[in-house]
Amino acid sequence: MTDWIDIGTLADIPQRGARTVQIGDEKEIAVFRTGDDQIFALVNECPHKKGPLSQGIVHGHSVACPLHNWNIALKTGEAQGEDKGCTPTIAVKQEDGRILIARPELAKVAA
Amino acid sequence: MELQDGLSPVVDSGDDILVPMDDVREHLVVVGNGMAGCRAVEELLARDSVRYRVTIFGAEPHVNYNRIMLSPVLAGEKTFEDIIINDRAWYDDNGITLITSDPVTAIDRAAKTVTSQSGRTIGYDKLLIATGSDPFIIPVPGKDLPGVISFRDMKDVDSMLAAAEAGKSVGGGEAVVIGGGLLGLEAAHGLTLRGMKVTVLHIMPTLMERQLDEAAAWLLKNALEGRGQTILTGADTAEIYGEGKVEGVRLKDGTQIPASLVVMAVGIRPSVALAREAGLDVGRGIKVDDHMVTSDADVLAVGECVEHDGNVYGLVAPLWDMCRSLADGLTDRHTGYKGSVTSTKLKVAGLDVFSAGDFSGGEGCEDIVLRDASRGVYKRVVVKDDKIVGAVLYGDTADGGWYFDLLKRGENVSDIRDLLIFGQAFAQGGGALDPKAAVAALSDDAEICGCNGVSKGQVVACIEKGACSLDAVRAGCKASASCGSCTGLVENILSVVLGDDVQSGPKTMCKCTSFGHDDVRREIVAQDMRSIPEVMQKLHWSTPDGCSSCRPALNYYLLCALPGVYVDDQQSRFVNERMHANIQKDGTYSVVPRMWGGLTNPRELRAIADVVEKYDAPMVKVTGGQRLDIFGIKKEDLPAVWADLNAAGMVSGHAYGKSLRTVKTCVGSEWCRFGTQDSTGLGVKTERMTWGSWMPHKFKIAVSGCPRNCAEATIKDFGVVCVDSGYELHVGGNGGIHVRVTDLLCKVSTEQEALDYCAAFTQLYREEARYLERTAPWIERVGVDYVKQRIVEDDAGREALRARFLYSQSFSQDDPWAERAAGANTELHQHLDPISIAAE
Repeated sequence: MTDWIDIGTLADIPQRGARTVQIGDEKEIAVFRTGDDQIFALVNECPHKKGPLSQGIVHGHSVACPLHNWNIALKTGEAQGEDKGCTPTIAVKQEDGRILIARPELAKVAA
Repeated sequence: MELQDGLSPVVDSGDDILVPMDDVREHLVVVGNGMAGCRAVEELLARDSVRYRVTIFGAEPHVNYNRIMLSPVLAGEKTFEDIIINDRAWYDDNGITLITSDPVTAIDRAAKTVTSQSGRTIGYDKLLIATGSDPFIIPVPGKDLPGVISFRDMKDVDSMLAAAEAGKSVGGGEAVVIGGGLLGLEAAHGLTLRGMKVTVLHIMPTLMERQLDEAAAWLLKNALEGRGQTILTGADTAEIYGEGKVEGVRLKDGTQIPASLVVMAVGIRPSVALAREAGLDVGRGIKVDDHMVTSDADVLAVGECVEHDGNVYGLVAPLWDMCRSLADGLTDRHTGYKGSVTSTKLKVAGLDVFSAGDFSGGEGCEDIVLRDASRGVYKRVVVKDDKIVGAVLYGDTADGGWYFDLLKRGENVSDIRDLLIFGQAFAQGGGALDPKAAVAALSDDAEICGCNGVSKGQVVACIEKGACSLDAVRAGCKASASCGSCTGLVENILSVVLGDDVQSGPKTMCKCTSFGHDDVRREIVAQDMRSIPEVMQKLHWSTPDGCSSCRPALNYYLLCALPGVYVDDQQSRFVNERMHANIQKDGTYSVVPRMWGGLTNPRELRAIADVVEKYDAPMVKVTGGQRLDIFGIKKEDLPAVWADLNAAGMVSGHAYGKSLRTVKTCVGSEWCRFGTQDSTGLGVKTERMTWGSWMPHKFKIAVSGCPRNCAEATIKDFGVVCVDSGYELHVGGNGGIHVRVTDLLCKVSTEQEALDYCAAFTQLYREEARYLERTAPWIERVGVDYVKQRIVEDDAGREALRARFLYSQSFSQDDPWAERAAGANTELHQHLDPISIAAE
């Protein structure tokens, strides 16, 4: 069993944007690519009202939720500023142009 | 005396005073150019700027400066220029004659004149004594030796700086500060920073005993000793010794402390000699009534030199209260000074200290104490009969204002007693631990600036009147303009009131830039900038790629400035504009196809019905803009939905955009018995002309066929009301949270003119409104007269605006749905391949 799952290439994700990956029937993971080409993966739900973070505006290493403009730190999943809440994050890494996502953490958030 | 043109009202020592002979106003002479005297004049001018001719005598050679800030000057944190309150221009602008370096030495109340040291004698109608206080010099041998100074004015600071400079050649030099109160500790701190070895002598057992209890004083002493100062408490000075100049201090227990500088900072005494010699009623200070009038009705006194109702004050806040009452009295208002309750929030040598009320304890008093040794924090709140009667805070004074507010209001704190000591955020619940929330929770009458007696409500009012920076607030309501210890609070209020919302932050666009919207737009055009990264680079953005406030704004500004050239940045679009549909709370989308002028036909209705069934849309609703909204479409189905709608001839309704939404119409003259013109036909033509245009915000149009106005044209951004003789054009209406009825722009006689004016108005709004500013607030900001001037009165300008709009439209009327349906931007709609997390 491999601990890292290949989900695609950097070019699959728009810069300052996100794509989604479905795991199981219910959960969606948002995979973000920032302006400096770093990759982050979070559960695709804002801690506030579960807005799809993948559809937000990516700026710096944050994303603004499309529903009510909460800003979520991509690295920690923590809401920024006065808002309180946290979205689960999943470890990702880039290797040879491929994006790999950590299976055990994925299993945890999908459970 | 010779009269000159351009007579300068500022007179330096030695000059004659030149009085315009035709000035018959009452003459107010102020003795003392310090904080109280000048503030009294400021308050007076604010009430009546012309009633009195004002002359101010000052003993020092300077303009009015902030005496509280001498400590930072000594410490090297500020320069003298930084602490000037009123510069020469203020005296000039207000016609005030300032006589510096010339103290008043005598008052002749019978003749109503004052005489100065240099021999000037001038008459007064009203005299204001604001002589402040004198440093108390303890009567020990050697007190007059060169090198013994007080800490009261700029001259003292200069002496200390000179001593520190001279000490450099001998490894720093040694100084003794007599007095362990606020002033003494500030002097010691400054001298330490300037490199001197400092010993503080305090006669009492603990430092700052009037402001701090024993525990806090001990913490303070430890902290100061940690910085290299020697603190001797219970130290009684016997003599200052030296041959021709200071060489040291000897205590009564025989201890000798060598020093080249001795600063006496044991206290101040109201400066009353002048008043006493003039025969005024003097107790500890010059006795005054509630309007600061002395025992002579034409002589007033204010500040540290007065005694009101048995009290003498040495803090700045009461002085400001007095100045207000004094100015009220001088301008025939009768409010009256009622004494002040004071709190002390100080930075002592950079350490935060706060105290208020009575903390001496005693019968019926309960102490609530919090100590956090590792952080060096001590808090003590004294409660009596369920009310706060005193508080001492050391190390963390953030809640001082809140405790003082509860104290002054006599609030019953029994409900929050358990949490009281942890501060406002805890005690009032909500887990609101950040300072902004704490400030937001303060009541409007909570005092923010103790120095100037400014409440939160006054600061908020000042900000709402347009002050949007710290400096503007200082200028507007004086909050944070004296000692500056409330600067953090004021900044938090600024951010609570203004936020970083692009709409309400009138000065800067967002926190990424120091430029405002209008500046950015102007620079985009002036420097011919062509991309968001270029704007951020050239205008020094502080963030790598902006934020969700500025990116959409910049994208719009570039799009508007460079039609046909600028390539839209999808990632700088809000989700709805990127997806060309409206996101709903469950993450699905709603889809609104355009129905020109609200008209539809069987083919369109069939296509919509088919889409609803095919994609299992749970709801269809008729919108307020006369079209149909299909709800519950998944992002991956959107391109297929659009393809089906396109096939029936429909295009995007832009119900999701900062763009032209709909043109609402009534049936007009074709069917309606009241109709005066073909409102439906004009609506369709208007929508065909304007659809697809991006705007600063959403934009709605309506055309009503008669003044009954069934299409509600007078709450639209652009509304046409048809009348028998033509078309009334209305602008700037809004049916949202703040309903605003349109302003009448003008009346035109032909349909073509109505269209032309519509195009020109739309373009003016596109080019000049700020992003996310609807036409209603934009017109309120620029004035409808300005819009009329550009659209109605300037024929060539209107034609140019119309031409620019139509040129821009030639690039924007491609249906975005058709492009997506044909396969553009599939990544926005398709998931990456789903993955299974089961082990392989």
